[in-house]
Amino acid sequence: MSELNRLTIAAARDALRKGEVTSAELTEACLAAIEGAGALNAFVHKTPEIARERAAAADQRIKSGDAPAMCGIPVGIKDLFCTRGVPSQAASNILKNFRPEYESTVSQQLADAGAVMLGKLNMDEFAMGSSNETSCYGNAVNPWRRGNDDTALTPGGSSGGSAAAVAADLCLGATGTDTGGSIRQPAAFTGITGIKPTYGRCSRWGIVAFASSLDQAGPMTKDVRDAAIMLQAMCGHDPKDSTSADLAVPDFEAMLTGDIRGKKIGIPREYRMDGMPEEIEALWHKGAEMLRDAGAEIVDISLPHTKYALPAYYVVAPAEASSNLARYDGVRYGHRARLAQGDGITEMYEKTRAEGFGHEVQRRVMIGTYVLSAGFYDAYYNRARKVRALIKRDFETVFADGIDAILTPATPSAAFGLGEMADADPVAMYLNDVFTVTVNLAGLPGVAVPTGLDRQGLPLGLQLIGRPWEEGDLLNHAYVLERAAGFVSKPSKWW
Amino acid sequence: MSIDTDTARKVAHLARIAVKEEDLPALAGELSAVLAFMEQLNEVDVEGVEPMTSVTPMRLKRRKDVVTDGNMPEKILSNAPDAREGFFAVPKVVE
Repeated sequence: MSELNRLTIAAARDALRKGEVTSAELTEACLAAIEGAGALNAFVHKTPEIARERAAAADQRIKSGDAPAMCGIPVGIKDLFCTRGVPSQAASNILKNFRPEYESTVSQQLADAGAVMLGKLNMDEFAMGSSNETSCYGNAVNPWRRGNDDTALTPGGSSGGSAAAVAADLCLGATGTDTGGSIRQPAAFTGITGIKPTYGRCSRWGIVAFASSLDQAGPMTKDVRDAAIMLQAMCGHDPKDSTSADLAVPDFEAMLTGDIRGKKIGIPREYRMDGMPEEIEALWHKGAEMLRDAGAEIVDISLPHTKYALPAYYVVAPAEASSNLARYDGVRYGHRARLAQGDGITEMYEKTRAEGFGHEVQRRVMIGTYVLSAGFYDAYYNRARKVRALIKRDFETVFADGIDAILTPATPSAAFGLGEMADADPVAMYLNDVFTVTVNLAGLPGVAVPTGLDRQGLPLGLQLIGRPWEEGDLLNHAYVLERAAGFVSKPSKWW
Repeated sequence: MSIDTDTARKVAHLARIAVKEEDLPALAGELSAVLAFMEQLNEVDVEGVEPMTSVTPMRLKRRKDVVTDGNMPEKILSNAPDAREGFFAVPKVVE
């Protein structure tokens, strides 16, 4: 079997169980691919020793016949997840040299299932960004290019390293996290699948917090079946996260029947944005036709508060971030600034945070501080929380009317060039999340599925939004869309 | 609502982030641009709407009020920039 790193999780699992391949072989193939992909800057901390150890253990376990689906599967872990003894710094200089004494619940569950960790993946600093350009490790680079043009493109963000690594076959799957679109936008930019489950499905324990009421972990994989398999291993109740749901986790893969006859798919009219590229509009239309051809009913729906999702998000998320990031004080972990004679504790905090946080993180912490400050709390923060309640109500109304899933574009454009947005207003960058952020505000599951290429040869994705806790049904819709679209393109290797 | 240099200085201090005096005008401009974007929220009629506190309608679980973990001061201190004699060390706080 050649190029084992190109296998899907499902294909590798089946080959492992049949004894056609070992986890050690799969792992070596991925480690070699990672070594040859320095130009993508996807893996920022490599853990080959841990990988080889876990692969050997997985091979033993598979031999003994006790092998869960993820057993022996090499994966990458976003740098936002704390991993015991391995640098975990959320792509920030303020967590330089931080080696957690504990393991995040999600990465522990993957390890318990026998998955093999290859290393830590690049991302935007503290997951704040849509292009992986705020990382202390430098930009991650998209394996896709515009035809023969060698302009370096963004893999999206914040889970840009995860997206680049999966798209370039450096690993079979990767963990991501999604606060406003950070799984789905990079998945769409790199032609892979990414699902953000319902808020509470995956434990947040041990994941560096950005905005606690919005953050969710999820898998980024080569196809929908793999997303079902990997999500299964990542989610479940965790007593260490009080917001984690004590609900049974169904067999997501078994729910991929390919049958969506009689299902109602909503097309929200408010997602038709002014200035939206024709190609995105056409792709969206085609996606709806594919679902109709599969026997679903297409229904025009209205989500009237959509327009206010981004401004509400950019109050709520920075507010929570300013509170969460208060812990980086130079006392317990990470960076502490060198102090001048006579500097006291306030100077220590101020200098440490000025040196340790990058520009975008500083800006968001200060915005959050402002909207929570005396005199502005009601005008900004409370108003945003009320608008958030209305956005959630919009979704509840359409679901109560019998809608099973909602189809939207995943992003307003294909991947853009690294540096192209450098001089743009911060708000212009925030617009990347316009189709995804509503889903976080409402706590719903959303999945990005690659469905086509634009005229420059770059992947484009569509998003499906599901009812709360119905990731299985949502993935089944995504599976139908994936099969109908027949997206099989891969980036040509230049790195 | 536009942010002036004085407000930017105050916010930076509240956030405990040192910002050089000469960088304050640019910071004030950036914060103003983001806040202008948020002004759209004023168009929404939120009369009688409860602000969202939890996105999923679930009661937080309760557990027994007992110690479940501990006795690991070395692990707790292992990442501290300055730890001495089992404590975190910081610059002098009281004059």
